Amino acid sequence: MKMEEANLKPKREDVCPGKKNTLDRAAVEQQLAATQGPEYWRSLEELAGSPEFQEMLHREFPKGASEWLDDVSRRGFLRLMGASLALAGMTGCTKLPVQEIVPYVKQPEQVVPGVPMFFATAFTLSGYTYPLLAESHLGRPTKLEGNNLHPASLGGTDLFAQASLLGMYDPDRSQTISHLGAIQSWAVFVSQVKGPLAVQRGLGGAGIRVLTQTVSSPTLKDQMLAFKAMYPQAKWHVYEPINRDNVLEGARLAFGEPVETQYHLENADVIVSLEADFLGAGFPGNVRYIRDFAKRRNPDADMSRLYVIEGNPSGTGAKSDHRLSVRSIEIDSLTRSLAAALGVGQGPALSGDQAKFINAVVADLQKHRGSSVIIAGEHLPPAVHALAHAMNAALGNVGKTVVYTDPVDANPVNQVESLRDLVADMRAGKVDLLLIMGGNPVYDAPADLGFADALKSENVALRIYHGLYRNETAELCHWNVSATHFLESWSDGRVYDGSVALVQPLIAPLYAGKSAHEMLALLVGVSDASGYDIVRAYWQKLHTGGDFEAWWRKSLHDGFVDGSAYPPKNVPLKLASLPAPASVDNSIDVNFRRDPSIYDGRFANNGWLQELPKPMSKLVWDNAVLMSPKMAEREGIHVMEVVAVELNGRKVNGPVWIQAGHPDNSVTVHLGYGRRQAGRAGTGAGFDVYPLRTTNTLWIASGGKVTKTGGRYQLSSTQGYQTMTTTDGDLRPIVRNTSLDEYRKNPRFATEEPPPPRELTLYPNYDYSKSPDAWGMSIDLNSCVGCNNCIIACVAENNIAVVGKEQCVKGRHMHWIRVDAYYQGDRDTPKAYFQPVPCMQCENAPCELVCPVGATTHSSEGLNDQIYNRCIGTRYCSNNCPYKVRRFNFLLFQDWDTPQYKLMRNPEVTVRSRGVMEKCTYCIQRITRARIDAETASVRENRKFHIEDGSLQTACQQSCPAGAIIFGNINDPNSRVAKLKAHDRNYGLLDDLNTRPRTTYMAEVRNPNPELEA
Amino acid sequence: MADHLEEVTVANKRSPVIEPGHTFASVTDKISSIVLTRPTSLGWFAGFGFTFLLTMMLLFALSYLFVKGVGIWGINIPIGWGFAIVNFVWWIGIGHAGTLISAILLLLRQSWRNSINRFAEAMTLFAVACAGIFPGVHTGRPWLDYWMFPYPNTMQYWPQFRSPLMWDVFAVSTYFTISLLFWFMGLIPDFGTLRDRAENKYARIIYGMLSMGWRGSARHWHRYESAYLLLAGLATPLVLSVHTVVSFDFAIAIVPGWHTTIFPPYFVAGAIYSGFAMVLMLAIPIRKIYGLEDFITDRHLQNSAKVMLATGWIVAYGYAIEAFMGWYGGNRYDATLLWNRLHGPYAFWYMSLLSCNILIPQFLWIRKLRNSPFWLFVLSSVILTGMWLERFVIIVVSLSRDFLNSSWGMYYPTKWDWMTFIGTIGMFLAAMFLFVRILPMISIFEMRTLLPEAEVKHQ
Repeated sequence: MKMEEANLKPKREDVCPGKKNTLDRAAVEQQLAATQGPEYWRSLEELAGSPEFQEMLHREFPKGASEWLDDVSRRGFLRLMGASLALAGMTGCTKLPVQEIVPYVKQPEQVVPGVPMFFATAFTLSGYTYPLLAESHLGRPTKLEGNNLHPASLGGTDLFAQASLLGMYDPDRSQTISHLGAIQSWAVFVSQVKGPLAVQRGLGGAGIRVLTQTVSSPTLKDQMLAFKAMYPQAKWHVYEPINRDNVLEGARLAFGEPVETQYHLENADVIVSLEADFLGAGFPGNVRYIRDFAKRRNPDADMSRLYVIEGNPSGTGAKSDHRLSVRSIEIDSLTRSLAAALGVGQGPALSGDQAKFINAVVADLQKHRGSSVIIAGEHLPPAVHALAHAMNAALGNVGKTVVYTDPVDANPVNQVESLRDLVADMRAGKVDLLLIMGGNPVYDAPADLGFADALKSENVALRIYHGLYRNETAELCHWNVSATHFLESWSDGRVYDGSVALVQPLIAPLYAGKSAHEMLALLVGVSDASGYDIVRAYWQKLHTGGDFEAWWRKSLHDGFVDGSAYPPKNVPLKLASLPAPASVDNSIDVNFRRDPSIYDGRFANNGWLQELPKPMSKLVWDNAVLMSPKMAEREGIHVMEVVAVELNGRKVNGPVWIQAGHPDNSVTVHLGYGRRQAGRAGTGAGFDVYPLRTTNTLWIASGGKVTKTGGRYQLSSTQGYQTMTTTDGDLRPIVRNTSLDEYRKNPRFATEEPPPPRELTLYPNYDYSKSPDAWGMSIDLNSCVGCNNCIIACVAENNIAVVGKEQCVKGRHMHWIRVDAYYQGDRDTPKAYFQPVPCMQCENAPCELVCPVGATTHSSEGLNDQIYNRCIGTRYCSNNCPYKVRRFNFLLFQDWDTPQYKLMRNPEVTVRSRGVMEKCTYCIQRITRARIDAETASVRENRKFHIEDGSLQTACQQSCPAGAIIFGNINDPNSRVAKLKAHDRNYGLLDDLNTRPRTTYMAEVRNPNPELEA
Repeated sequence: MADHLEEVTVANKRSPVIEPGHTFASVTDKISSIVLTRPTSLGWFAGFGFTFLLTMMLLFALSYLFVKGVGIWGINIPIGWGFAIVNFVWWIGIGHAGTLISAILLLLRQSWRNSINRFAEAMTLFAVACAGIFPGVHTGRPWLDYWMFPYPNTMQYWPQFRSPLMWDVFAVSTYFTISLLFWFMGLIPDFGTLRDRAENKYARIIYGMLSMGWRGSARHWHRYESAYLLLAGLATPLVLSVHTVVSFDFAIAIVPGWHTTIFPPYFVAGAIYSGFAMVLMLAIPIRKIYGLEDFITDRHLQNSAKVMLATGWIVAYGYAIEAFMGWYGGNRYDATLLWNRLHGPYAFWYMSLLSCNILIPQFLWIRKLRNSPFWLFVLSSVILTGMWLERFVIIVVSLSRDFLNSSWGMYYPTKWDWMTFIGTIGMFLAAMFLFVRILPMISIFEMRTLLPEAEVKHQ
């Protein structure tokens, strides 16, 4: 074919970047020198990291093709058409290149395809590290679990740690190093910062500022010290929006120095929480606290009592035996009254319900000197923390239920002041080089500081952002260096008890990223340091005596440094005078709180967390203005109406959610929403409340105003109706509960109405006598604290799809296990109950009966198996399921295309397609794996086939920090689950329907104070 | 057939089933001319064109459904069934009148049925066809629907016979087959007539093939009558069984509001109720447009109205028993269901249903209204709406609030739900338009038996 040189044709060099410039040998060599370890490259252009090559990598079409804006003439069109047709024909004849896949020549030890391996690593949130075990399938981490060797976890995790897995595979992560939006290589970056650093060297680093998030990594701290030694005038600033300034200031007030407070709830008979959501994710040590708390909630043993005084309903408040709902702003003076009653300081006299409550608490505390504990929440002013320390000391709790240690925070400064100094320096033009490591201060800094404006100004000559996302802050920086995720990098960090957990990578970095250690190494002039060497070298430096290699291997294997926990510290109380409490007037308070799902906004792009129902409201994908029913009624505000919240002249609009148990004259807003640059999931979800948050009102602000705007905004709550009393006034026995006294009188209160007899069924009963195992589950409602961890564990384990807000509004979320929250009693001071609901695996399963194609069948071990391949999607099973635990793929909910997600999925679980029903399987893949292991073992060791009780855990059970979920073989009378099912408190949900559920519940028993009950 | 005459005589005292003055020839002429000689009116084209467009809308909605999935509808968890099943049950119910009129009234020797049975049967077929669309397309993976049929396969799969949906497959397909056969059987002598009278060559060939060699000999008639009676005998239990089985879809389930033993009779009565309403809604305009008042007389309209009145009361009894059992039965879930129907978010629709199905149809007691085609038409449309609402209340409202309060939900139909529903109405009407144009909508030979001439010869 005659091919004319047409004008339309892009120039050759535009198409093929390599043709434009000849390779710069010097650049290649420089690049080669800068890379470390074995790196694979496809061409010299790539090796040289040439911008043309980088561009080619990141653009779908070469230059020219995508920018072809000329009009196409008829002739030109026909010519191209002919050429395309000819080419299309030619491709049909093309022989595809032969691509060989080569198996391991030398099989790495222990790698067995199909058998996952587990590695210890750790996740860090706001400086507090959570030891983890990561499940790896052929080099891909697919699930994170708690490290059962570490006392802070004992196998449990919190939901942020669990969901961080999705964060690693997030396709919206920052993937490249870039300068003003143009992709650059690390070598270029290094060469570009060398100059400014050399200049600063001469100035003693006077113009360098490093802004980090809370740091607890000993290695990073050591690097910081080295950096400060090199640049003595440089400053290290720390800021996080969810900071612990109040806690540290409180400790300074009480002891004159910042200390870490640890609680031993296993020793506590009486717990008083002053708005401390110590059972909620994000509270340091919550995983261990949940376990200790749950252990003491056994009504057959010595059951503890929990009092909660709080200004916005939390999971901890829901689990309390007595909850006093007051405005957060009042808790300060209330604490002073409580302290005064306990002989600490002065406090105003109380009256009415509050007096009654405080008197009862005081009496109870006095009765349990040395075995009680008072915990203050991080939102409350320092005075409350100081008083809590003083009260704990006065009650003799220190050393028993309360232990003090050195702070976990490596740089325990007042973070707000730290940021304020930085902004002042930026304004004053004192900052030449600013390195922001993680965080997002442009979005989340207190509004009155004007951080973004200070950053934008040309006063700061060189701004470098190092982080996981190209977020709002990154946008205002010159250089963006993508960070490696913790699952891709080496590091360490301190757990809440001070012990050091080691962070091991589970996978090579997915993108061109650098860890924080590698960035800091650059500041001290080492541009090619590897994170591994830095972390290892630090520990080698510290190591004394013995074989370092063996010690290092053991520590990596265990995931933490043995014996590194901080010893208890004896800190004498030096409480002098307290600042005056904030004045309480009748205006409306605005409370800022971390979001229970997306924290401060850093998890905004995490679909698992966005779609996780918030513990109390069950809202997904949004924050809301939480308001008490009383206030809403008085102001004539309805749910989902948009209101303007006004504070000190600043105003934001948000939809109202009426929250039972919220105090009057106060609203609560959650931080972290309204992100402008978060990614596909987070951008635009919810509304941003940071513009209202100022340095002196970080958590509680008074003088707010709430006005209706007339708009309406659709919120999505996954729970239809939040009380067990139906609309016609019938109290359904869903969460069966009683008080401890009643329980002692009548232990079988939960099964007063016996379920229908076994024989009462049309079809014959199944016979399990031939099966060695019959699986069953028991969920202890007393232990469950509604933390939602099981949901995320299930999502990760079972490849559950994220469906998005629109689908959630329609009622199509896909969670196989949900945690229902019910409120009983008066809407302003209700009791709240949690109930996790997975599939009940009924004996007489209504779902099995109605499927026309037999896609859900009863297994020989008593499971209701769902056969995706056979399912045609009539949804009859779901209609007939009284528990509504079945989930349907109404559309193609799974993302089948994004390559990152393909890596993330658990290869042992089918990825469901459109049009099929799915539901909890009791983690049948884990059962099968345990069965195969047991069979192998029985053959190898020539003994009877037996799956050891406890050796097999479902994902929800494994992750549950409370140990509320017990799974096992009910055929074995000695198994834990069989014993629980024989317990008095055991009952089947809706057992009056004769479904005979395999999942049963341990009825809830509360331990109210008789003085307050009367 | 002495009783026939008697019947006619008795009927004459009220109003006749066929107006006096007709002969064999005039009956044949009148009916066959609609198909053979009468020019097709513009109105027909307009009506057919419009309903055909609606049919195309249905196809569009279904195509989009196949591409995207059932998520384009408003269904969710807990409300797994929405418009699709509501429409299915509604259409199946409408499809009852035809067979009832043809078979049961034939066996009961209600010869007044002769003028309405043909198009009632056609209506049945089209309604069942409309109904048949829904179970097929409402599944998540409709391309695998054939798995519901028991057929030998290498996958060693077999349907699950305990499921009422499985029974549905048999009940509905059997009903459709028998209805089709019965309708076709009834058409054979008339095909013969049309073949003989057709002037167009192709029409003659087509009608000739369809008439299956009908010559009208005594032997033909003898065999024909026996076969027709036998088929009527076969079809009769089906009238009762189909909707009984459809009601099992609900009665077998444990959902409050579904799980009641009264469903089979109550569903059958409701089906006949809506079926007759549909017959009237079709008969009244047709007889007006085609000038068939002689054959479809006021007597027919009155009788249909009476049937509706009777079945309406059976349905009302069903509602009353449901409500009574909700209160008296002591089952907490039923009690809540009743409360929710009366006061819940769908209370308006439940009240509308009671008005449409019980309250408003009581006007049928008034003879004047029974004699007025206009008012009968209006009341029939009210009843059809009411019966649709009944299925909506049974299916959607029951599912919206069942056992666990946490899982309560709401159902909001989407535009695709509406397009599919309205599309099937379009398809049904388009098929009716075609039917009245190319087939004799009234049974010619059966009409002739109603003439005094026929009776005289018998004696």
